[in-house]
Amino acid sequence: MKKELENLPDKKGHFGQYGGRFVPETLMPALIELEKAYKKYREDKEFLTKLALLQKDYIGRPTPLYHAQQLSEQLGGAKIYLKREDLCHTGAHKINNALAQALLAKKMGKRRIIAETGAGQHGVATATGAALAGLECEIYMGSEDIRRQALNVFRMRLLGAKVTEVNIGSRTLKDAINEALRDWTTNVQNTHYVLGTAFGPHPYPAMVRDFQSVIGKEARQQILKKEGKLPDCLIACVGGGSNSIGLFYAFLKDKIKMIGVEAGGHGIASGEHAARFAGGSLGVFQGCKSYLLQNDDGNVLGTHSVSAGLDYASVGPEHCYLRDMKKIEYTYATDDEALKAFELLSRTEGIIPALESAHAIAEGVKRASVMNKKSVLIINLSGRGDKDVQEVARIKGINL
Amino acid sequence: MSRIAQTFKELKKTGKKALIPYIMSGDPSLKATKKFITDLERAGADIIELGVPFSDPLADGPTIQGAHERALQNGITLKKVLHLVKEIRKTTQIPLILMTYYNPVFKFGVDAFVRKAVESGVDGVIVPDLIPDEADELIDSARRHNLDTIFLLAPTSTPDRIKKVARASTGFIYYVSITGITGGKLSVSRPMKETLRLIKKRSKKPVAVGFGISKPDEAATIAGLADGVVVGSAIVKLISQGKSIDKFVKSLRKAI
Repeated sequence: MKKELENLPDKKGHFGQYGGRFVPETLMPALIELEKAYKKYREDKEFLTKLALLQKDYIGRPTPLYHAQQLSEQLGGAKIYLKREDLCHTGAHKINNALAQALLAKKMGKRRIIAETGAGQHGVATATGAALAGLECEIYMGSEDIRRQALNVFRMRLLGAKVTEVNIGSRTLKDAINEALRDWTTNVQNTHYVLGTAFGPHPYPAMVRDFQSVIGKEARQQILKKEGKLPDCLIACVGGGSNSIGLFYAFLKDKIKMIGVEAGGHGIASGEHAARFAGGSLGVFQGCKSYLLQNDDGNVLGTHSVSAGLDYASVGPEHCYLRDMKKIEYTYATDDEALKAFELLSRTEGIIPALESAHAIAEGVKRASVMNKKSVLIINLSGRGDKDVQEVARIKGINL
Repeated sequence: MSRIAQTFKELKKTGKKALIPYIMSGDPSLKATKKFITDLERAGADIIELGVPFSDPLADGPTIQGAHERALQNGITLKKVLHLVKEIRKTTQIPLILMTYYNPVFKFGVDAFVRKAVESGVDGVIVPDLIPDEADELIDSARRHNLDTIFLLAPTSTPDRIKKVARASTGFIYYVSITGITGGKLSVSRPMKETLRLIKKRSKKPVAVGFGISKPDEAATIAGLADGVVVGSAIVKLISQGKSIDKFVKSLRKAI
């Protein structure tokens, strides 16, 4: 069982029946090249030393594991800890992966990197990695997300990246990925695609997971030091699923409750959500086999979430597998619940969370209050909320 | 021998190359598609590729993306395209290939799709986001029911990939002329000639070239290098502008 969970994916990139490679043939040599490079450099001392140094001095790792005492006391249940990925350079966990991939691209001799972005956090992280590594950078972003995340668009441009608006389909994350894949198909010889989540064709789901697994490795050591025991429960939000798999991965062999929180939008019955497990079915989309929000004819449905980073029709293939194995449980938080959690954390702890992370907080609030006081709960605070302040004001009808 | 293989064989006897136009089913309507197929055959097409619309056509450029969107707005589904083929089969025996992304097929059920496609009169299938490595189910079913599976190669393809794709392909091998998406700018480059030479060395199967061929002189150049020429975006563009495709297809026929 332990081995089964940890030695995935298989050679073809499958996690059980999920994952794989569903891409145009043109990209196959690039994926094979990437897989080889990744395998080589993840064991390369020089590469790992450089990455570790940048994680420490540039990203600011290890990020703190913070005991949210006021929130815990107010809820009257479990002791809540927040893994402070919001304190990473650029404001979210995304930099863990983007910086590592930028370094890898440089090693592979690519001169240009591209990426998709939803909330803008991965775009900012990739633009940052590109600036640091001295690479050209182009970011694809849906026009709807550009409207919601104007601040991040300007940040990317400040960092020297070209931000290209994607004005087709639903004009959100999935369309940005289509465009990034089209760009990569066209410019594959000199370009590396920095996919931002544990999704897409092999080796991305495994590679992004590994680059994010630093979150869980740190959290495990930190909680053992602080509490002298492992936590009872871990909670993280799930868009593509990189911050959650990053936290969960180091705990897979432990007997711990792990909960992934999807975007419930306006509720499952409304059809306006991004809860792939609650409302989707098995499909093949943007490079891999996974759960997918689709209609009976296999066309991908539009999604809705107040948080651009969770507003996506499919989910990382490893999550599907871990769900089947009953290792991780998945639930969702609605827009309203996330917005309430956003305000709650701001007021009780003085921490404004990203709307994505607010989904995890919302579930944490529900869980903590029914857990006993001796139990320990870790919530991954995957990003900070500065980028969302304007959108939340708009929703509340406040003109800034 | 499949109808597609037979077509290539007969063309070869007379020293001719296959003209393979692509149109999107249901753009602007299924009735129009039916008429286009008759027109294309009359203008000299040897095989026709029929697009199946999909919400996220990631191998397609803006022109064919537009056709996907219009067809979806018209309510066109894989089921409706299969029904259309069945209708068309009452009037023509020209080889028909469905070009569809994988998810509609996967959702339909791979084996059910293959059976229904053959029963409707489809001769082959091209799935641009399905590589042979992930296609066991489709290939098994297609072999059992005599449906050709046409896989793609590209200028980036290594000898390993060429071997794999050539083996998995039946009917013909589809060589993507450019490193890019449909409707890109064609350049007859050295890697292209080199890859075509490698494919020919590895396989006796016919090779058709597509992506980026939009003019008769380009078609002529490609015809000099391969067994067939696929033209998509240029025709889809004319259709989207409400213009006749007849003259253009005839000019392609003449050129190759």
